[in-house]
Amino acid sequence: MSQVNLSFEHQVAEQHTYLMRFARLQLRNDAWAEDCVSETVLAALAKPQAFGNRSQLKTWLVGILKHKVLDTLRSRAREATLADDDGDGSAELDALVFQADGHFTSAPANWGNPEQELGSRQFMSMLEACVEKLPAAMGRIFLMREWLELSADEICKELSVTSTNLFVQLHRARLRLRACLEINWLQKT
Amino acid sequence: MLLRRTCKETAALLIAREDRALSPGDRVALRLHLAVCENCPKFERQITSMRQAFARWRRDVGEP
Repeated sequence: MSQVNLSFEHQVAEQHTYLMRFARLQLRNDAWAEDCVSETVLAALAKPQAFGNRSQLKTWLVGILKHKVLDTLRSRAREATLADDDGDGSAELDALVFQADGHFTSAPANWGNPEQELGSRQFMSMLEACVEKLPAAMGRIFLMREWLELSADEICKELSVTSTNLFVQLHRARLRLRACLEINWLQKT
Repeated sequence: MLLRRTCKETAALLIAREDRALSPGDRVALRLHLAVCENCPKFERQITSMRQAFARWRRDVGEP
């Protein structure tokens, strides 16, 4: 094998940990994530001519990974959407955020603009940590929206879930994320 | 009142809006509430921040 190919192999292999981070976050299953990342690496090595330069390597690999991940979610739809057993604490969360009459218990904090904030790197890691804390089924659905960037209709079709169920899950996920970010934000300041 | 919403209901609309289009009635009710409420506009800014943060998170793929 030529020097060029060896170097390409090495560069792809270097991204394994990085790809696993996203695969795990989206799939919440280490075995599924490993399979997807392995398939991604193999697909990439099979056609090195398909990618331009080193700076685009991650983006290119993540693009392949997203397809593999979606295939997995599609074929594992039943397991992937199985609701988490011990309740998801949404009623408790509501009671913390809102009073019985529907008012906020405390004023929502000002997080600033993550686009400009100096501490935005910190905000990003907070965001990822909070996504990780979502119950598995809820987290999968949520990241199909926010990472795979599918529409609500597409998610319903891929997973064979009703739109009512989907909107309930997305709603709870967003409320929980907001609460998680708020707690972290208030601790930081 | 038909167009009156609590903060909890308003927050639910602000969240729903991230994933689906609101009905015309809900849109009006939302605007009416936001105009007179102190906390819900703050909540709305948080939801906007989350949207921007996720856009950035997706874009940051490629950075170390």
